[in-house]
Amino acid sequence: MVPTHYYLILSAVLFGLGAVAFVFKRNIITIFMSIELMLNAVNLAFVAFSQAFGKVEGQVFVLFVIVVAAAEAAVGLGIIILIQRNRQSLNIEKVNLLKL
Amino acid sequence: MPTPILDILWIVPALPLLGAAINGLFGKTWPNKIVNTVALSATGLSFLGALEAVREFFEQGQQLVHKHFFDWITAGNFTAGFDLQMDQLTVVMVLVVTGVGFLIHIYSTGYMSHEGGYYRFFSYLNLFMFFMLILVLAANYVLLFVGWEGVGLASYLLIGFYFLKKSASDAGKKAFIVNRIGDFGFMLGMFLLFKTFGTLDFTQLFAKAAPWSHESWGVFGTFTVACLLLFTGACGKSAQLPLYVWLPDAMEGPTPVSALIHAATMVTAGVYVVARSHILFTHSETAMVVVAIVGCATAFFAATIGLVQTDIKKVLAYSTVSQLGYMFLGCGVGAFGAGIFHLMTHAFFKALLFLAAGSVIHAMGGEQDMRHMGGLSKKIKWTYATMLIATLAIAGFPPLAGFFSKDSILGAAFQIPGGHPLYAVGLLTALLTSFYMFRLIFLTFHGKQRYDEHHVHVHESPWSMLGPLVILAILSIVGGWLAAPAFLPGGTDHFANFLAPVFGGAHAEGEAALSEAAAHSLELTLAVVAVFAALIGLLTAFWLYLRQPGKPAEIAKSLKPVYDTLYNKYYVDEAYGAAIVKPLLSLSTNVLWKIIDVEAIDGTVNGIAHGATATGDVTRRTQSGNTRSYAVWVVVGALAILIIVFWPAIRALAGGAQ
Repeated sequence: MVPTHYYLILSAVLFGLGAVAFVFKRNIITIFMSIELMLNAVNLAFVAFSQAFGKVEGQVFVLFVIVVAAAEAAVGLGIIILIQRNRQSLNIEKVNLLKL
Repeated sequence: MPTPILDILWIVPALPLLGAAINGLFGKTWPNKIVNTVALSATGLSFLGALEAVREFFEQGQQLVHKHFFDWITAGNFTAGFDLQMDQLTVVMVLVVTGVGFLIHIYSTGYMSHEGGYYRFFSYLNLFMFFMLILVLAANYVLLFVGWEGVGLASYLLIGFYFLKKSASDAGKKAFIVNRIGDFGFMLGMFLLFKTFGTLDFTQLFAKAAPWSHESWGVFGTFTVACLLLFTGACGKSAQLPLYVWLPDAMEGPTPVSALIHAATMVTAGVYVVARSHILFTHSETAMVVVAIVGCATAFFAATIGLVQTDIKKVLAYSTVSQLGYMFLGCGVGAFGAGIFHLMTHAFFKALLFLAAGSVIHAMGGEQDMRHMGGLSKKIKWTYATMLIATLAIAGFPPLAGFFSKDSILGAAFQIPGGHPLYAVGLLTALLTSFYMFRLIFLTFHGKQRYDEHHVHVHESPWSMLGPLVILAILSIVGGWLAAPAFLPGGTDHFANFLAPVFGGAHAEGEAALSEAAAHSLELTLAVVAVFAALIGLLTAFWLYLRQPGKPAEIAKSLKPVYDTLYNKYYVDEAYGAAIVKPLLSLSTNVLWKIIDVEAIDGTVNGIAHGATATGDVTRRTQSGNTRSYAVWVVVGALAILIIVFWPAIRALAGGAQ
C-alpha cells in the first residue's frame, strides 16, 4: 500500500504547479486550467486523508468540490467565450478596462 | 366670587407675553390697527390685573403674598421655583411698570405709525413688559435673573430696532456686552449667596441672613463680597460708573423705547435689586459706602457731561444716568425708601421728558440737534407745557415730584455720619441738573428760530401722543405729595410709611438722633438750600441762553480744554476702546483667528483630510485593474494565512534545525 505522505506530496506538488501557473500564465484558458489543477490537488489530499483516517467525510467533500468545480467551469467558460468574442484575444494582459 | 387675582398672579406677566407672541408670530401682515389692539389690550389688561392685585393686597392687610406656581429647577439641594411675590416694594414697581408702560404703549401707536416693522416694535415692547414684570414679581434671585436677562434682550432688540443703521445695531451690541460684564458679577453674587445660605428665595434668604453680624468698614466678608458682586450687576443694568457707557448710545432706539426701557423701568432694575437686597447691604458697611460713592460720583459725572451735549436725547440720557446715581446714593446712605421714591417720581418725569422730546422730534421731522431748533414754544404748546412741567419736576422745584424725592435723598445723605461731602456733591449735581435741563428748554422752545421753515413743517403731535404726556405731567406734579416732608402742615411721609414693612427701621436710625423740632428745621433748611440751588441753575441757563446768546460759545472758547473734555464725554469711550476693545481685537485677530483658528483648528481638520488623500494615493495602487496582479495578491494572501496558521510549527522546525 502506498503511504499517505506520497499522496500528500503529490498533492502539494500539483497545487504548487497550479499556483505558479495561475500567477505566471497569460492565456485565460490556461489560468482556468491551473485553477482546476489546484482544486484537484486539494481533492487528492482529501481522499488521501479520508483513506488514512478511515472516515467518509473527506470523500463527501470531494464530491462537493467536483460539483462546485463543474458549476464554476460552466460560468467561467461562458465568461471566457465572451472575452474571446469581444476582444479577439485570450491574453489576460489585455483584459484591463479597470486599469487606472 | 371670582378667583382672587393674587392666586393667579402669573397672569399679570403672562398677558404681555401672549401679546408679544401673537403680534410676533402673526402680526406681519396685519394692519396697524389690529397690532395696536392686541398690544394695547395685553398691556392694558395687565395694568388692570396689577391694580386689582394691589387692591386685594391692601384688602388682606398688606401681608406679604408668596405664591408657588411650579417647581422650575431641582438639582440636589438646590431648588428654584416659579414663585411670585407681592409686598409693598413690588406694589410700587408693578404699578410703575404697568402704568407707565401702558401710557408709553399708547404714545407709541402715534409715534411709530409711520415706521416700518410696526408689529415687530409692539411685539418687542410687550416682550419687554413680560420680562420686567417677571423681574419685579419674582420671589427668588433665580427668577429675578430670568427677568433681568430678558429685559436686557428686549433692550438689545429695541435699541437695534433700526438695524439697517450701523450705529443702531452697534449700540445694541454695546448695551448687550456691557451688561454681560455686570451680569457676570451678579451671577457670582448669587452663587456666593447660595453657597453661604443654601437658598435663593428672598424670604428664606433674608430670614437666614438677618441674625448674622454686621461687617464693618474694610472687612471683606461674605456680605461685602456678595453685595459688591450684586452691585456690579446693578451698575451694568442701571448704567453707573464705570459701566454707564451703553446708555447714551442706547438712544439710537426709537424714542418711546428710550422712555420706557432706558429711563422709566429697566434701568431702575439695579436700584430695585439693591433695595430688594437691603438686608444684605445693610450688613456690610463697605458695600453701602461703595454704593453711595458710586451713585454720587455717577450723578455728578453724568451731569457734567449733560451740560454740553447738543442732541436732545443725549442730554436726557446723561440726565437719566445722573438721576440713577441719585437713587443709588439714596440706597447707599440707607434711605432705601427715598431711593425707591425717587425711582417712582423719576419714572414719571423722565418718561414724560423723553416722550415730550419724542414729540419735539416728531414735530421737527426727525431733527434731534437742539442747535437747529429754537422758538418752538408757540407752535407746539402742549408739548411745551408738559415738558416744562417735567423740567421743573426734575430740577426740584416745589411742589413737583422731583423736589420731594430728591430732597429726601439729600436729607438722608446729610444726616448720616460723614455724609456731608456726599450731600455737597449731590447739591452741586442738583444745580447742574437744573442748569442743563433749562438749557434744553431754552434752546428748544425759546429764543430765535434756528431752522428753515420751508423745509421743516412744525406740527403738534396727535392726541394719542399728547394724552400720555398730559397724564404723566399730572403724575409729575402730584406724585411727590405722597411723601410731603414733615415741616409742612399735615405733611407725613406716606411713602416711607408704606414701605416701612419692607425696609423696616433701616432709614430711621439717623433721624432718631435728632429731636422732632430740630429735624423739622433741618429739613426745612435743606429744602430751601436745594430750591436755591435749582434756582441758580435756572437763572444761569436763562442768562446764558436767552439774554446773552453769544456767551456760551465764548465761555466754551475760553475754557476750551474743559469744554472739549466734557463734549467728548471725558474720552471714556476712547479710553475703553484703547484699553479693552483694541487689545481684545488684536488678540482675537492675531492669536485666536490667525493662530488658533487658522493654524490649529483648520490645520487639524485639513490635515486629516490631507492624510486621507495621501493614504488613498498610496493604497489605490493596489487596485491596478491588472488581473494578474490580483492573482498575485490572492496567492500572497493565502501564503500569509498559511504562515500565520503554521507559525508555531515553523518556529519549532527552525528551532530544531539550529
